[in-house]
Amino acid sequence: MTGGVAPSTLAPGRIAVRRSSPGSWQPWLWIAPAIAVLLAIFGYSIVALFGESLTFQGDWVGLENFGLIFSDPLFTTGLLHNGLLLLAVPVLAAFATFFAVLLFETKRGLGFYRAVVFMPYVLAVPVVAVVFGQLLQRNGPINEALRSAGLSAIALDWLGDPNVALWTMAGVIMWKEVGFGVVLILARMLTVSTEMYEAAKLDGAGFWRTHWSITLPEIRPILGFYVVTEAITMVSWVFNYVYVLTNGQGGPGNATVVSELYIYRNAFQYQQPELAAAAAVILFLGTMLFVIVFVRMQRRSLRVSS
Amino acid sequence: MIPLARRYGGPTVRYVLLSVFALVALLPTYVMFTGAFKSQDQFIRSPFGLPLEPSLDGFVRVWSAQFPVWFMNSVVVTGASVILTVAVAALAAWGFANWSFRGKSGLLAVIISLMVIPPVVLLIPLFQVGAQLGWISTYRLLILIYIGLMLPFSIFMLTNFFSTVPGSILEAARVDGASSWTTFTRIVLPLSKAPLATLAIVNVLWAWNELLLALVLMQSDDKKTLMIGLTGFQSRYSLDIPTVMAGMSIATLPLLVVYLIGQRSFIQGLTAGSIKGE
Repeated sequence: MTGGVAPSTLAPGRIAVRRSSPGSWQPWLWIAPAIAVLLAIFGYSIVALFGESLTFQGDWVGLENFGLIFSDPLFTTGLLHNGLLLLAVPVLAAFATFFAVLLFETKRGLGFYRAVVFMPYVLAVPVVAVVFGQLLQRNGPINEALRSAGLSAIALDWLGDPNVALWTMAGVIMWKEVGFGVVLILARMLTVSTEMYEAAKLDGAGFWRTHWSITLPEIRPILGFYVVTEAITMVSWVFNYVYVLTNGQGGPGNATVVSELYIYRNAFQYQQPELAAAAAVILFLGTMLFVIVFVRMQRRSLRVSS
Repeated sequence: MIPLARRYGGPTVRYVLLSVFALVALLPTYVMFTGAFKSQDQFIRSPFGLPLEPSLDGFVRVWSAQFPVWFMNSVVVTGASVILTVAVAALAAWGFANWSFRGKSGLLAVIISLMVIPPVVLLIPLFQVGAQLGWISTYRLLILIYIGLMLPFSIFMLTNFFSTVPGSILEAARVDGASSWTTFTRIVLPLSKAPLATLAIVNVLWAWNELLLALVLMQSDDKKTLMIGLTGFQSRYSLDIPTVMAGMSIATLPLLVVYLIGQRSFIQGLTAGSIKGE
């Protein structure tokens, strides 16, 4: 069993024989508590959200809220910023692959480097954001270090310059997320049979050739999973970074406003929950696109198939 | 494998790259922990240096504020929600793994898809219901919501694991007349200690670090969790870096210790959703 997400790794023979009494109520008894919680948290919320997005102070207004948010430049700016953050995903995937290969080639200290590389992923986003917030001040430690190294040209105002701030944000997110990719890809690579690499070596294949022809095809499914996961992150899970790095403002100006922040501020600062609900519906539908891809991948990897 | 690596010339280049990478990964954590022991002046003068005259002033200031209360709130919310999540998820996962029934794969697919729904989407209705019930700034609301958000991944992971319990063992139990409850508690759970522990750790990490829901749902100062407290802290003490760093250090240390001890299973747990057969 080589692992991975390909359906061919399913080994039905190993899986326990199930009691498949038709119409049995037994499994439902076991699942019921979970279903009850999920219905209360997800089921109710999503129905209520759609309802609210179509009303104003309890009255039906059709799609008016949607018209309002799409004519609000702040909302479209937020969506645009989420879109720009998506551009970081391929870079992130490339970095993760590169370092996974480096680690794979390293036998000594593998465990140490893997533990270190994964550590940022364990830290809380607020903690990461606060520490980077200090490091990246205009006259902060990072810029001081750059200047003393004679690199004052790239000692930018990382968080204060509207043209730079969003990319700084992307950099911080990448710093935190790359370890997850490295660990995923490395775990997959370690399940590839060593004979394939030995054979490649005997054939005189070099570094690039070997990894291009053996590693890349083998890690493609897991790389796909990582890309989708990170795309979802960039679209709908960046609130924490923005909130902490900009004190909840999305500044400088509106340079780092993202759709989540737009929703949060409309709902809880400007008291316009209907507009926030409409924006949340848009975000939900956007995420669903990724979800479809995501579920397809997960289902292939799920061993229980009925 | 080693000769393979050697042939590609640059073990030196490789180690240099890896070391730079490791340095970048560690630097902020290092700055945080050392900064906590410096004075404001020392931090400004040498942010990357060691704290040569270590002082505990930052810790003292942090601990004298609301900090201990926030810390306990985080412990309560994280502890309760993780224990309940693992219990409910284990029951459901056994239901999925031990029987086949109509609609099972569809139901599982829906549950998996819930993993990616952003919390901000759920926040508005949940806040409104919470307000109607008078549950804002109560433990029960946040705990219930955390359970809901942690369940999909937990069910998914445990269903995968329970499905690998060898059928012959279960068959033997059944022949001996064991009920499905007995089989579950006497055979399946004891066999699953490692994945259950891993799942608990992964969930602790998530709940401990969660910001958005706690921010909106825990509004009174004495119910704030550590992450909310610290975020507000930063703006209040923005000119007092050592205090902020000390607060961050205390908030991070428990998880970092857990991570360093259980690093291997930790990584396995977080990658469990995607890699099989390790």
